[in-house]
Amino acid sequence: MLRFLSILMLIVFAALPASAEKVVAGLSQNRVSITATFVGSEILIFGAVKRDTPPPTDSPLQVIVVVEGPAHPVTVRKKDRRFGIWVNSDSIELAAAPSFYAVATSAPLTETLSILDDLKHVISVERSIRISDTPFTNQDPRDFTRALIRIREKSDLYKLMENSVELQEETLFNTRIALPANVTEGDYRTRIYLTRAGTVASQYETVINVQKVGLERWIFNLAHEQPLIYGILSLVIAIAAGWGASALFRVILRT
Amino acid sequence: MQIYLPIAEVSVNAFLLLGLGGIVGILSGMFGVGGGFLMTPLLFFIGIPPAVAVATEANQIVASSFSGVLAHLKRKTVDLRMGVVLLIGGLIGAALGVQLFNALKAIGQVDLLVKLSYVLFLGIIGSLMFVESVRALMKTRGGSAVPKRRKHTWVHNLPFKMKFRTSGLYISVIPPILVGVLVGILAAIMGVGGGFIMVPAMIYLLGMPTKVVVGTSLFQIIFVTAFTTLLHATTNYTVDMGLAVLLLIGGVVGAQIGARIGVKLKAEQLRVLLALMVLVVCGKLGLDLLIQPTELYEIGQAGGH
Repeated sequence: MLRFLSILMLIVFAALPASAEKVVAGLSQNRVSITATFVGSEILIFGAVKRDTPPPTDSPLQVIVVVEGPAHPVTVRKKDRRFGIWVNSDSIELAAAPSFYAVATSAPLTETLSILDDLKHVISVERSIRISDTPFTNQDPRDFTRALIRIREKSDLYKLMENSVELQEETLFNTRIALPANVTEGDYRTRIYLTRAGTVASQYETVINVQKVGLERWIFNLAHEQPLIYGILSLVIAIAAGWGASALFRVILRT
Repeated sequence: MQIYLPIAEVSVNAFLLLGLGGIVGILSGMFGVGGGFLMTPLLFFIGIPPAVAVATEANQIVASSFSGVLAHLKRKTVDLRMGVVLLIGGLIGAALGVQLFNALKAIGQVDLLVKLSYVLFLGIIGSLMFVESVRALMKTRGGSAVPKRRKHTWVHNLPFKMKFRTSGLYISVIPPILVGVLVGILAAIMGVGGGFIMVPAMIYLLGMPTKVVVGTSLFQIIFVTAFTTLLHATTNYTVDMGLAVLLLIGGVVGAQIGARIGVKLKAEQLRVLLALMVLVVCGKLGLDLLIQPTELYEIGQAGGH
């Protein structure tokens, strides 16, 4: 095993300088503000490949872009029929699952990335969900992680967009990642990988900061930090709004 | 126009919310009911998390009942003493209800609790109302009304009697407190005012005169739902101010329109309509529980909040 690993390391380190390609990238924005009218946001990710020697011709260059939202522990529950109705029965706690996960590639993922490098760099969404420290159950955790991925794919939070990275002459690339309106706050880790023959040749990493701002920020903070004041305030505002609306309506009807 | 709700953390159309508020407002103005029992399930249907829907609806009920209470106080149609007794029960019930709500939320069964409560109560109330109003419709066609008799029931044999001068009653405080507790629990777990339980209970169980029933129940509801709102806000952080205000503005305007439509329709016809509507909402919620869902799994937050 040890020998196998050391050979592996050798191959990896030997392979890296040989390719000698470096990725340089930029984002259209590295800050996303959630305001009252936030309907989602699209981020343009672009870059170029810097190299000192002519590109190798044996295998084509591929690009993978990963945008990953903050990870939280989640509970996945399964419904079962009990007494004729469908109720939550079994559940599993996953140690961490990203709240958002988008993978964009320049070719089908299986052609772009080897399983080994996927494991090493944690690229496909299955790898990013941690179930290791889940307490023992007789349930197969893979059913639950697959369900989690399926549900989040439906609400546009997890997505794999193959062939969506535009690559020109093995040098310039760009892609767009859409953040839907239901994203959560936090730092979105953004990674860009260059691969050749399924092996990562170079990588670049940056962060997109997603934050509630203005009124949204203020309301959210107040509700969590001063819940009693927030509760009283929402009662007062609601009573005032109700009263105001009915008074206004009466005035309108009279005239 | 899409608007992002900071607490519910979803983006919804502001006009949809105003419209929902308006429609439920029209119905509540027509039928003279609070509308919480219709609004909360509708909020589930448009994708607001049930915990947020229940807590926010309690907030909305406080505001929409406020002007009603003022009007009744001015007309002196509130039995304050009875109101306070009902309120004591209500506060105990609301505290119990929120505890139950949080305990079930922790084990992931709160949606089931809320939906089952709705199916149960809407089913019972809807069918009772339907049978009673159809019978009343038949009777008005027959043209004879049976005078009501006041019976001496077990309610009058309990200890801790108290005089309620406005209602002209001398009864034990135990039944009103129990009614209050039940309504408080319902307010906390269903996000309703509970008028639909309290009003019949006051008339048939406590024997209160009809003219003080509505004012007194509103008086109790406003304090119990305010208390519920505060409990949800401090323990669950699920009261969405923006959602409440949007629903409210639609609701208040709708209620005024509804009240004008209601005057033109006959009371018995109105009650048949309301009963049917209650049964439709109940049926929809019931079917959701019975039919196999397309997605068997769901995601929840781990380890409470």
